[in-house]
Amino acid sequence: MKPILEVQNISKRFRIHHEKQTYLNIRDSISSIFKKDNSSDEVFYALDDVSFDVMPGDSIGIIGRNGAGKSTLLKILSKITPPSSGKIISRGRIASLLEVGTGFHPELSGRENIFLNGSILGMKRNEIQKNFDAIVDFSGVEKFLDTPLKHYSSGMQLRLAFAVAAFLENEILIIDEVLAVGDAEFQKKCMGKMEDVSKNQGRTVLFVSHNMAAIRELCSTSILLKQGKIDFKDDTNIVISKYSKQYQIKKNIDIVGKEKKRIFLKSIHLHGISSDYHSLILPDNDCFFTLELNASEDTSNVQIGLGINDQMNNRILTLYTRHFQLGFDIKKGINQIQCKIANLPLKPDLYFVHVLIGSNFEIYDYNSDVTELEVSATSFFYKEMPDYSQGALIIKQEWTTL
Amino acid sequence: MEYEIKPKEKLNLGIDELWHYRELFYFFTWRDIKVKYKQTFLGFAWAVLQPFFMMVIFSLFFGQALKVPSENLPYPIFVFSGLLLWNIFSTGITSAGNSMVSNANIIKKIYFPRLIIPLSSVLVSLFDFFMAFLIFVGMLIYYQLPVNLFKLILFIPTGILICCIATFGLGTLLAALNIKFRDFRYIIPFLVQSLLFITPVIYPVSMLSHEWLKYIVALNPMYAAVTIFRSGFVTTPMEYNLLLVSLGSALFFFFVGLYYFRNTEAYFADLA
Repeated sequence: MKPILEVQNISKRFRIHHEKQTYLNIRDSISSIFKKDNSSDEVFYALDDVSFDVMPGDSIGIIGRNGAGKSTLLKILSKITPPSSGKIISRGRIASLLEVGTGFHPELSGRENIFLNGSILGMKRNEIQKNFDAIVDFSGVEKFLDTPLKHYSSGMQLRLAFAVAAFLENEILIIDEVLAVGDAEFQKKCMGKMEDVSKNQGRTVLFVSHNMAAIRELCSTSILLKQGKIDFKDDTNIVISKYSKQYQIKKNIDIVGKEKKRIFLKSIHLHGISSDYHSLILPDNDCFFTLELNASEDTSNVQIGLGINDQMNNRILTLYTRHFQLGFDIKKGINQIQCKIANLPLKPDLYFVHVLIGSNFEIYDYNSDVTELEVSATSFFYKEMPDYSQGALIIKQEWTTL
Repeated sequence: MEYEIKPKEKLNLGIDELWHYRELFYFFTWRDIKVKYKQTFLGFAWAVLQPFFMMVIFSLFFGQALKVPSENLPYPIFVFSGLLLWNIFSTGITSAGNSMVSNANIIKKIYFPRLIIPLSSVLVSLFDFFMAFLIFVGMLIYYQLPVNLFKLILFIPTGILICCIATFGLGTLLAALNIKFRDFRYIIPFLVQSLLFITPVIYPVSMLSHEWLKYIVALNPMYAAVTIFRSGFVTTPMEYNLLLVSLGSALFFFFVGLYYFRNTEAYFADLA
């Protein structure tokens, strides 16, 4: 059997103009003819010599940190942007869902948008007609079919969008993290549909996600991308555990200008421990913050505070030695201090960490936004996570009848 | 069905690919027509009212007050026939020129032959034309012009065709330039406005005193479109030199626009 998709030595280069605007304008083009270009060009490889084969019916997960080249790979596979070198041989129709609801028009009705969106995604008119009832049924918006889309709630728009995409009949489906939105119930429905597509209908699926549990459920094989290269391709469980080992966040703090401070933060290291995912930070699991402090003289009773803010910059948690009337005796030189949070009560999301070092009377060093804290998703299928309107915390709870 | 995705190589017009996507072409045009007059009380009547009122205003000021000559036609017929084609051209190049930028969200997420978007913008303006054309037929009957039906059937479609070629060529060129140089967002309205002055819409070319001025007007592809469109009911002889220059200019813009667009479209998603 021939592979349905052969990716051969694909690279994508971008040239980064330093000290130049991203928008080109004519004035710059003209003036650059006359003056010597003193801006430096840096060539950046978003993808660097990537090759792999996909057999028909495979479902392959693509994982990697932000900027590893996942989205670029998907864009090249879906022909949105051409590779700089290399080629891809495809033996099936590719449909890409880099975003649900592409091309939805707010002034058109739900019915009209189903046809428009379906056709943009590459469906034939008779395919849409054939699946029309099923699409409407899946989306659950039949009452509002003839209402302009602008009067729909965002949830309804999303359901309609996913419903159209779910009935694509292409042989190869490329799916970006389209499921990262919507309420928990609908996410579950979407995942169910995707499982059905990949496992029961035997179509080929390439799935990019940060959600390890979803990848593990859907994909037997995974590719780990790292800085534009394939770091690893293997069974999904093996790839995920390798990925999570890399995923420890250790960050050195820029200490320029801090040398005069009595005590300052030198580095911070976040990691979690669980038997399964190794060092990914997971909700309801232990999580460790290791701080490296540099002191210019011995100091007693040093207070340390860790602030955790969400992306809207609201404080979610403050971990502070002072709350426990605790103080450390710091010796001159490098000191390591660890804070363990048992059963981290944060839901999967991205948070930002602030670090304060001080005494009872003064602040020695304050670092805002020192590092990101990414709490990864887990157990996608078995537990629902609170959505954005339900707060940031998840706490063990027991429900019983009495 | 096997195909390859490779770095961009030589130019390929991709007519068969366009044909494969013909339904999308239909849906884009249908969407733009449908959306254009949404939430307006008068709806499609606007397609007729806009050129009609323009015609009334021009007839009052240029025809009645300034006594601009009109090649032995009633001035309203003269100006309306020009305006009909001019509207295809002006709305066509404006919407085609902005179409890539305004559809950037789709371009960045889904692949399809990009040419569909400016092409359907031109079709939308053609739709408005046919609505207003009905009024024009009414006017021909009202003024009881002695028309040669054979000439009418021959020249009116030819004029429309030349107009579409010119609109499409300039529109795709502007669309491709606009996505790279956003300056064109400001150049397009200015361009449309100034081109009106060198198109024989409100005055006949015979009014121009200098011969070289006529050739400047003829560099404008719309000169041929308007002149040929009118020749079904105008009796004054055509100036073939000027017509050839203008036709050449229409074809020039058509091929340059198409070539430049095809050559750069692969990178639209990176620029949008």
